Amino acid sequence: MEEPALLTIRGLRIEGRSGDEWHPIVKGMDLTLRRGEVLGLIGESGAGKSTLGLAAMGFARDGCRISGGTIDFDGIDLRSAPESRRRGLRGKRIAYVAQSAAASFNPAHKLIDQYCESPVVHGVMPRDRAEADAVELYRRMRLPNPEEIGFRYPHQVSGGQLQRAMTAMAMACRPDLIIFDEPTTALDVTTQIEVLAAIRDIVRQFGTAAIYITHDLAVVAQMADRIKVLLRGEEVEEAETRGMLAAPREEYTRSLWAVRSFARAERPPATGTPVVSVRDVTAGYGAVDVLTDVSFDIHAGRTVAVVGESGSGKSTTARVITGLLPPRKGEVLFNGKPLPSGFKARSRDELRQCQMIYQMADTALNPKLRLRELIGRPAEMYLGLKGKALETRIRDLLALIELEPGKFIDRLPGELSGGQKQRIGIARALAAEPQLIICDEVTSALDQIVQEGILKLLDRLQVELSLAYMFITHDLATVKAIADEVVVMQHGVVVERGRKAALFADPKEDYTKLLLSSVPEMDPDWLNRLLAERSGSGPQA
Amino acid sequence: MTVLLSVLGGLGLFFLIGSAARAGLHAAAPSRHKPTFRDMPLTASFGLAVILFYVVLACLAPVIAPYGESEVVGAQYLPWAAPHYLGTDKLGRDMLTRLIYGARNTVGIAFATTALAFVVGSVLGIWAALMGGRLDQWLSRFVDALMAIPALIFSLLLLTIFGTSVMTLILVIAAVDATRVYRLARSVAQGIVVMDYIEAARLRGEGMWRLIRREILPNAMAPLAAEFGLRFCFVFLAISALSFLGLGIKPPTADWGSMVRENATLITFGDITPLLPAGAIALLTVAVNFVVDWQLHRASGLKE
Repeated sequence: MEEPALLTIRGLRIEGRSGDEWHPIVKGMDLTLRRGEVLGLIGESGAGKSTLGLAAMGFARDGCRISGGTIDFDGIDLRSAPESRRRGLRGKRIAYVAQSAAASFNPAHKLIDQYCESPVVHGVMPRDRAEADAVELYRRMRLPNPEEIGFRYPHQVSGGQLQRAMTAMAMACRPDLIIFDEPTTALDVTTQIEVLAAIRDIVRQFGTAAIYITHDLAVVAQMADRIKVLLRGEEVEEAETRGMLAAPREEYTRSLWAVRSFARAERPPATGTPVVSVRDVTAGYGAVDVLTDVSFDIHAGRTVAVVGESGSGKSTTARVITGLLPPRKGEVLFNGKPLPSGFKARSRDELRQCQMIYQMADTALNPKLRLRELIGRPAEMYLGLKGKALETRIRDLLALIELEPGKFIDRLPGELSGGQKQRIGIARALAAEPQLIICDEVTSALDQIVQEGILKLLDRLQVELSLAYMFITHDLATVKAIADEVVVMQHGVVVERGRKAALFADPKEDYTKLLLSSVPEMDPDWLNRLLAERSGSGPQA
Repeated sequence: MTVLLSVLGGLGLFFLIGSAARAGLHAAAPSRHKPTFRDMPLTASFGLAVILFYVVLACLAPVIAPYGESEVVGAQYLPWAAPHYLGTDKLGRDMLTRLIYGARNTVGIAFATTALAFVVGSVLGIWAALMGGRLDQWLSRFVDALMAIPALIFSLLLLTIFGTSVMTLILVIAAVDATRVYRLARSVAQGIVVMDYIEAARLRGEGMWRLIRREILPNAMAPLAAEFGLRFCFVFLAISALSFLGLGIKPPTADWGSMVRENATLITFGDITPLLPAGAIALLTVAVNFVVDWQLHRASGLKE
């Protein structure tokens, strides 16, 4: 028997304002969600996923308006209902879990106080019952010390725990519908699994319907019963998860699938003096050692990927190489010669040879400088280019990163998309004509199609300019795509290092195995199988 | 009835001046900047028009003013009638002439003072934030110590030591104000120096001056500009307060602050003449803040 739909959206149109004009963000969307069903929304950034998710609560962000269509939640027309009615639903019958739990919790209140707010305000249960209930849900979310964890402040628990606490909070009033907006995007793979498993269990236990928004196909494959693919505010296709994974109908969906398959063959091992050689480096902040006896080499024209979860010392290694953090012990050799440990003691040429590309292009590019100056400055400084020669060089660099020079040269970073900003970061590094480029999580803030573009660009440049890359990442798909050698780090120690193919085929260490098995796969049974395996082989995660 | 009419008249004048100035600026601007002036709000164009008017008055004071700055032209406290359109003051000097010269003295001094305070305060503040460590500690604690002394008493002290020429007046008020600007610039810059692009610039080997000027200052501009609008007005107050105590601008130089005080007795007779210089200060203050708000709005990218 067909159950009546919980949420029905018909012909939904949402517009956003820029200047005096309204332009469409969501262009006539239909959506039906039954009780207890999980719908995955997937698409690249700007596809309107989050906007649609918020519209399911009858909400439009500032500068946006719902301009057409109907939103029917369990017989209530959310568009025509008065604001007070909608407010009564939010938090009580419809809940929302945001991407960054760390940014969404109020840092000044304890977790349990924030948990109790919604049930008490909505009059669902009194404070003492809400607290008892919180402990119960914390237990079900498999948080450590459920009795006690609620009495901590948000900064006292880890990111993965915070995300679970947020899901528990969303569950507080036992809503009929939860909207998850990229809840695991900011977490690393080993933590992601725990959060995914906890979310899935709790949604099933309470029979809650959910809209799961993500750009990671492998994740949505584990979570959703049905998947809806969006592109620029329009639906591309919608189907049952297994059906879509097995046989995507549309070209665009297939291209989403194909991204994961970008990988280049490993280049043959290099010989000769490595460009950079890290020797027995021990370094840390204050009294704490973050790195202990780290050693590895990077050769010209090769990529070394440094992987590990957050806090494993990947970025600290980069800071030692660039000279931001002088090591306590050990040294960094550049073309066989030791580098001065602090960057202030290095010559201009030594600084030029080693460039860095940052994770967040937003904070790595000065928002008040035009691209001409952003890219031109290193060339002007290191290579002494001026006037016409400088102008030509800037235009060449822009062409090299596949941005049209005439159109972009006088823009500000704010006028670029995320992927374009990251390309500017690459151009700035190239402008110095370095031998080594350190890429610190350069693709992790980008969605997959853009990621692929950046990786291909980096790969092409490596071949053309014989660059050495140190690629810091927690995303093993990226490692598979671009690395020649892999260095696995945990707690500041190199756990395992080796050639990419060998390491992926036959990991020696337990931690490497754990890391490799945590990478989500497209198979919808992958999470079940993995959890079964892990619980069989004893508590590991 | 008269109140209502004057309010309506004032509003009408505001819109008239505002739109006229906008049209004029739009026509006069080079084509690259045309959109900037097309989208500017009426308040901003009004503010710009008023500021331009003051600047013209200040520059051309000797040409425009009907009499000499300290020339005694008639009996004291004459009513508003030709040839003394705004009457005369307590020494029989022409009020209109004094107002025009006041624009030159007061606005000129206030602008020089504020500009100096901002250059010194923001450069030092950003420098301290950038260097951190001991330099930051020394500079900041020194500034804290200066700020602990009440501003008026401190200026009085300095003026007594160094004498009361216009130059020392500017330097002293600038020094006192620079401590406030330093505080603001330092705290704003502390938020900026931790950004990745500053790290990138340091790793590139950029010098201190370039870091301050090109990398940090443009990003700290919005709060500093807002503070500029406010400080500019406080400087008027400081100058008039000092003039009142006999240490500011010395007579017979025309100064709006002192003009209010000198002619204050007229108020008791229902004559609004002493309010004219006060009104001149108020109008300029409002105009400056209109323009600053507009710049702030543009700088912060709040176009929506």
